[in-house]
Amino acid sequence: MNIPPLTRFHHVLAVLMLVFSLAAHSDPITASQPWLDALNSLKQGSMPEREQAIMQLAEIKDAHNLAILQALLDGRLFTTKTDTKLVIGIDNHQGFDISDAVSGAALGAVDHDALSKINLTNKMRGTLRKIIGELELSADDPAVRLAAVKAMAKEADDRVLDLLRGRADKEADPAVKEAIKVTLLLQDMDSPDKATRIMAIEALKAKNSQEVVNRLNAMVEKDESGEFVEPDEDIRNLAKAALININNRLQLYSSVETVFFGLSLGAVLVLSAIGLAITFGVMGVINMAHGELMMLGAYTTYVMQQLMPNHLGISVLLAIPAAFVISALVGIAIERGIIRFLYGRPLETLLATFGVSLILQQSVRSIFSPLNRSVATPEWMSGSWQINDFLSLTWNRFYILVFCLLVFVLLLQILKRTRLGLEVRAVAQNRKMAKAMGIPTARVDAMTFGLGSGIAGVAGVALSQITNVGPNLGQAYIVDSFMVVVFGGVGNLLGTLVAGFSLGIANKFLEPFAGAVLAKILVLVFIILFIQKRPRGLFPQKGRAADS
Amino acid sequence: MKLLTLASQDKTCTTVLMALAAVTFIIPLCNLLTPADSPLHFSAYTVSLIGKYLTFALLGMSLDLVWGYCGILALGHGAFFALGGYAMGMYLMRQIGTRGVYGDPLLPDFMVFLNWKELPWYWLGFDHFGFALLMVLLAPGILAFVFGWLAFRSRVTGVYLSIITQALTYALLLAFFRNEMGFGGNNGLTDFKDILGFNIQSEAVRSVLLFLSGFSLIGAFLLCRWIVNTKLGRVVTAIRDQESRVRFLGYRVEMFKLWIFVFAAMLAGVAGALYVPQVGIINPSEFTPLNSLEIVVWVAMGGRGTLYGAIIGAVVVNYGKTVLTGLMPEIWLFTLGAVFIVITLLLPDGIVGLLRRKLQEQHA
Repeated sequence: MNIPPLTRFHHVLAVLMLVFSLAAHSDPITASQPWLDALNSLKQGSMPEREQAIMQLAEIKDAHNLAILQALLDGRLFTTKTDTKLVIGIDNHQGFDISDAVSGAALGAVDHDALSKINLTNKMRGTLRKIIGELELSADDPAVRLAAVKAMAKEADDRVLDLLRGRADKEADPAVKEAIKVTLLLQDMDSPDKATRIMAIEALKAKNSQEVVNRLNAMVEKDESGEFVEPDEDIRNLAKAALININNRLQLYSSVETVFFGLSLGAVLVLSAIGLAITFGVMGVINMAHGELMMLGAYTTYVMQQLMPNHLGISVLLAIPAAFVISALVGIAIERGIIRFLYGRPLETLLATFGVSLILQQSVRSIFSPLNRSVATPEWMSGSWQINDFLSLTWNRFYILVFCLLVFVLLLQILKRTRLGLEVRAVAQNRKMAKAMGIPTARVDAMTFGLGSGIAGVAGVALSQITNVGPNLGQAYIVDSFMVVVFGGVGNLLGTLVAGFSLGIANKFLEPFAGAVLAKILVLVFIILFIQKRPRGLFPQKGRAADS
Repeated sequence: MKLLTLASQDKTCTTVLMALAAVTFIIPLCNLLTPADSPLHFSAYTVSLIGKYLTFALLGMSLDLVWGYCGILALGHGAFFALGGYAMGMYLMRQIGTRGVYGDPLLPDFMVFLNWKELPWYWLGFDHFGFALLMVLLAPGILAFVFGWLAFRSRVTGVYLSIITQALTYALLLAFFRNEMGFGGNNGLTDFKDILGFNIQSEAVRSVLLFLSGFSLIGAFLLCRWIVNTKLGRVVTAIRDQESRVRFLGYRVEMFKLWIFVFAAMLAGVAGALYVPQVGIINPSEFTPLNSLEIVVWVAMGGRGTLYGAIIGAVVVNYGKTVLTGLMPEIWLFTLGAVFIVITLLLPDGIVGLLRRKLQEQHA
């Protein structure tokens, strides 16, 4: 077994939590007399009588059993000193919160001294563990069953194996069924019968399980004296073949994972670059404060969470429109206050907006302190999607990928289908002609800039979920986002998308060979060289001017 | 009218030159000749500070040459400065010898710390001052040549060029942060002891360094002025104003640009080499894009396309930085940001432009 300790702990925790909720919610049961007798001898009997009682409890089906036995194993089953009631306690640091073992009714908090613990022998603990495993194996929740199978696989004896075999046919959940199968097959590998072993290896070849890999690896190794652990050469060769088979699959999974990481990095790049693609590409304005507009979005998320600390999930969703509005307003203010005086002078715009970025950075530093602020991830975004032992995708990156695509499609639709979009495109193509046709270019400029800035704010919300929120957030992304826009071709949103994703994937594929920093450097150098070859990016705008 | 502007320009220019000469000769002389308690004696802090300003002025002027005269807004000029600084820093590191914390005769402390066994090949030769000086010119020069050759040949211009120069310095920043690069990683190179056998902390050496900085600045100024007034300089200015027209006239635009770009990079390298012994440290933070942008502000503030404007801008902005960060550190970025905005919106010709307008009004 090679489950990391933390994961194992989580399994146990999940089981425990489920057990408690089961105990709390189950209907009061008309307790049967033998059950009550068993509890009684558990409470008052001698050690052998207790052992007897545990075995009896295991025979009787009762929904409370699991909670009681688990409490017994954990040393949380007590009798109260005043009225010798059997109670389950939960440590609350000062004493115990107790509930009646028979009825499940909560009895409030009591002191340590008011309770006496029901003691166990080591043998009884062993028995208890098995019984609990059996009970869990027939629990209603597949997650509990899966955890139980994994726990049982660690100390599999004949009894456990019989149980698992019995369960294998009845099991409806595919994941649990798979886990049981793998455990049984692993047992078959120890069988004295060669044919069984061969069949087991053949079957295990197709399984994606770390245990299988460990086991097969152990079979082909040599021990200290230089002898093979596995004396039978046929079996050894089969195991080797199976390992190659599994490793091939493993490589495939790791490429899938790298592509996913690349896509998620690309999504971040696209999100941060797409607002820039509008202001830079459509309007020809270099907005160096773009990163700081993202930073504002991230801080908006932080403020929203502070405002409603009990509704993390909703606060993140609400932060999206809030960040859009705030960044858009700041963007419009920048455009009206500074940029409109500088149209046609891109280098000056660059300098002036850089000044704005410094002021925004320092404002945030003065208001929120220079330290990073932590933004919590809502529950539905944390954790990961465990596809099998070798492949798991983190939810937050998955959602950001989806979110990025949504924003992109939405933006494309705005530019294609709305009146604003039509006007924006008209002004981008020929400002003077658009003006002559009666389009209020000044207003369109402000709106376009607001749109680009608002999207930067939205990108900031996404960034707050995967990176530290601090005054330097924007600076960390500004060079990258410019690279994406320039690489994709200025004035081309689709180019930005393609560029962002390809740079993200390239970065992640380089990382294993070169390390994160060197990978980034290589990508930067690549873009610098690429710009030499195609100065107008991947998808250049068509035109015939000698310089434009 | 035109004559008047020229005259007034020369007047400001002469004033700047006179002031520079005064600083360059008087401060070191005072410090070398008068005892430490004399009122004419400048403190070590002041001497280093002024020396630093002078190197910044040289750096600003080198950017003005490419931006003000050739129209290339290079946002990575700080990289050349830092490279020159690193070349000098490597020489100073080698001079430490056995006086480092680990006392290794060959390896600098950080290499001993990283468990390196021998000096990397690119550190060889840096124990010779002459070689180090050569590298101060060559390292930035070669980088500028390769980068410029690629960029100008394929006609990358305007904001595209600005952005990729920024990417260049950013990539170098990331690279120099890596310990494996062998340039001291995050901490950079520091703890210098000697330069040419003289104690680098001593007052005499500080005064000499200040003198050298001022002398190089004046020399570079005269050289640059000569260059921009030659035919080559005229073509470069023409490229700034109408690049395609110059190309259609048959000039090889990219060669002129490359020439001026490489020359400016070397000047920046010299500035970096003078800067490092005076501040006593060089680390990757010199490569940050923000640093390069600050250089642009100096030039914009002083007035671009004048050379001496860059000197005025560098000194004024850095003096402001010293004063403000001393008084209220939070204020500095607000001020810098406001300076960026105000200059681009209201003072496109910087301080020099303002002075010229004032002078014109007086004459009118």
